[in-house]
Amino acid sequence: MLALPSAAPPAPRRQILVGTALGCVAAAALIGSMLALWLRFRTNAVDVSGGRWVPKGVKVPMVPANTMLLAFVLIFVFAQWTVYAARRNARSQTALGLTLVAVIGAAILNAQAFIYVRMKLPVAGKTPTAYNSMFYAITGTFLLLLIIGIGFSVITAFRYMGGRTSDREIVSAHALYWYVLGAVFFALWFVVYVTK
Amino acid sequence: MTTIDTHAAGASGGVTASSSARLSSVGDWLTTTDHKRIGRLFIAVSLIGLLGLIVVAALLGIERIDANGSMLDVNAIPQLFSLYRIGLTFVVLVPLLLGIAIAVVPLQLGARSLTFPRLAAAGFWTWLMGAVLVVISIAANGGPGGGASKFVGLFLVSHIVVLLGLAAAAGSLATSVLTTRAPGMNMRRVPLFSWSALIGSLGLLLVLPAVIGALIFTYIDYRYSRVGFGGNQAIDGWIGFGFTQPATFVYAVPVFGFAAEVIAVATGRKLAMRGVVFTGIALVGITSALGAMLQQPAAVSRDISHVSLGRWLSGVVPYALFNLLPVLGGLIVISLGALAMRGGRPRITAPLVFGLLGALMVFVGILANAIYEVGDAQLAGTVFEEGVWVYVVYGAVLSGLGAITYWGPKLWGRLIPDKQVLPLAGLGFIATVLASLPYLIAGFAKQPANASEFDYSGPQNLWNGVAAAGHVLMLVTVLAFVALAARSFSKGAVAGDDPWDGHTLEWATSSPAPYANFLDVHTVASAEPLLDLKPRRDS
Repeated sequence: MLALPSAAPPAPRRQILVGTALGCVAAAALIGSMLALWLRFRTNAVDVSGGRWVPKGVKVPMVPANTMLLAFVLIFVFAQWTVYAARRNARSQTALGLTLVAVIGAAILNAQAFIYVRMKLPVAGKTPTAYNSMFYAITGTFLLLLIIGIGFSVITAFRYMGGRTSDREIVSAHALYWYVLGAVFFALWFVVYVTK
Repeated sequence: MTTIDTHAAGASGGVTASSSARLSSVGDWLTTTDHKRIGRLFIAVSLIGLLGLIVVAALLGIERIDANGSMLDVNAIPQLFSLYRIGLTFVVLVPLLLGIAIAVVPLQLGARSLTFPRLAAAGFWTWLMGAVLVVISIAANGGPGGGASKFVGLFLVSHIVVLLGLAAAAGSLATSVLTTRAPGMNMRRVPLFSWSALIGSLGLLLVLPAVIGALIFTYIDYRYSRVGFGGNQAIDGWIGFGFTQPATFVYAVPVFGFAAEVIAVATGRKLAMRGVVFTGIALVGITSALGAMLQQPAAVSRDISHVSLGRWLSGVVPYALFNLLPVLGGLIVISLGALAMRGGRPRITAPLVFGLLGALMVFVGILANAIYEVGDAQLAGTVFEEGVWVYVVYGAVLSGLGAITYWGPKLWGRLIPDKQVLPLAGLGFIATVLASLPYLIAGFAKQPANASEFDYSGPQNLWNGVAAAGHVLMLVTVLAFVALAARSFSKGAVAGDDPWDGHTLEWATSSPAPYANFLDVHTVASAEPLLDLKPRRDS
């Protein structure tokens, strides 16, 4: 066997951060492809067929949708705060920031549920349209990504509060996930809620 | 150099006497986080799937010999077509190459393990569970166009599960290449196969979520309203881009990395213009992934007298980007490989022949697809597309068999006799050409795709008969290979640590590689660290 020069084991190269970044790419591709299909159906309904895209009588509540967007701005601030605090070994502030991110994430979940209740949009009814099922599919998929994000916050908080304070990479990865999720929601908010 | 465990049986599972030890061994396999075992699980299951699915391919080939006769149940034929296309793509093509990469890439990188090994293991079991459910649902008349409503729903959900499993494994693999390289191994020094595995994995992370998105919409629509997505008859139309070209080129990208790697090893020299080879591999992967995601229609026409220049360009530019650039990428790898072979007096080995022929077949597929996309050729909806797809899938299978032969010593500790496996490469090549080329010809004669009954004026008996014979020959090839590999890896000659005179780090550890791959962490100063330590072959 040929002898190659040996070395000390290399320091970990941001595995969690890179893995999270790749996960974010996949999540963006998922929602991006769904938005593309949504736009195609909308264009067909409005421009080609000359009809309506949002079914008659259905009102899209904008207040909770806008609140969700603002909540993401708050999440950006708190996620970045956790990164800042973790770098300075401010354990209590990091834990508080992570908890706030999870709580605001849960609030966004609640706002989405509120939208479902207010819209009273039947997924299947007497006169079903493509809009109904597609609205639930795309917002439901986003909710799944949101729940993953909340889980990420909770796990990061437990790890940090459990004493793994030197593990700052996961805090940065956590912030990255929420930034991307926020960007994805911005696209979804504009396409699904604003342009309708 | 010392390693942790150099005993062949120890690393490959071994044979235990008592039932409790056997149970423990099964438990070890079920819960393993060793990348070599995870890779071997992917390889084994995809080879089993391959054998079954080639039988389906042969049956469909025979069914099409007589356009009006029906050997098979007429209602079962659409489901068999679905099983054949979806199965060979997501149960064979993707997991076979992904499994080989998971088993080999950490060794090539000089890493002790895969990054996120539990994610990769979870990916395998998720994929396996989903694949079994996909097969069950299609068998129960639940595939695209199927009549059993509940099973159609099951098919859509289990298809999502399959893709999630593959995406998880791809994420783990890509992170490994990006983060767990040996000291001194910058991205320019990454082995060619590992580079192609990275490009392929990134491509999977872009394409598979897009297919999942379409599947989610299709499932919700199918389950609740069936108005937007056309019910069961239209499923293929919405998710078909996942198992047709150019998505299949993304799945087959590692084929080019393997070919480049074995060419360099066979010639005993560094591959010239490595950076250009890297670019060629990246061109195939990236442009194909973008083409699959964007699905930009490429309405290319020779006649520009009736259309404005702008409109003509709007068809030609996406055509060139998504169809000609993959051709260019493949051409770069094949040309530089051929140049290296010409100047290097290569040692003819089975992995070399398998790797070269596999890459050539995939390249022919990419080239043929560029013809398929030309509107004037009027090939849309014909069996020509199936011919292209068979070239890619069987080309990737050939490459996969070569990779198993090449890296077998590192995974099982034993060698497949080169003289015995070499003829199978030739047989597989003939089988691939026979199974695919007739469909290209029949495509020009307007034989419709995915149909067993059609009005076709050409010599349909001949072309469909030859294609069916090609599938049967491929079945013989794979059966013979599996039998030979099973015998060789259990009772064959014990392999040395470096049986092929390799260039990269996996050949610096024992055969089979121990649990943690290397005891010592190696420092590398070039892309071919082992070659630098060896005397030149021609000196």
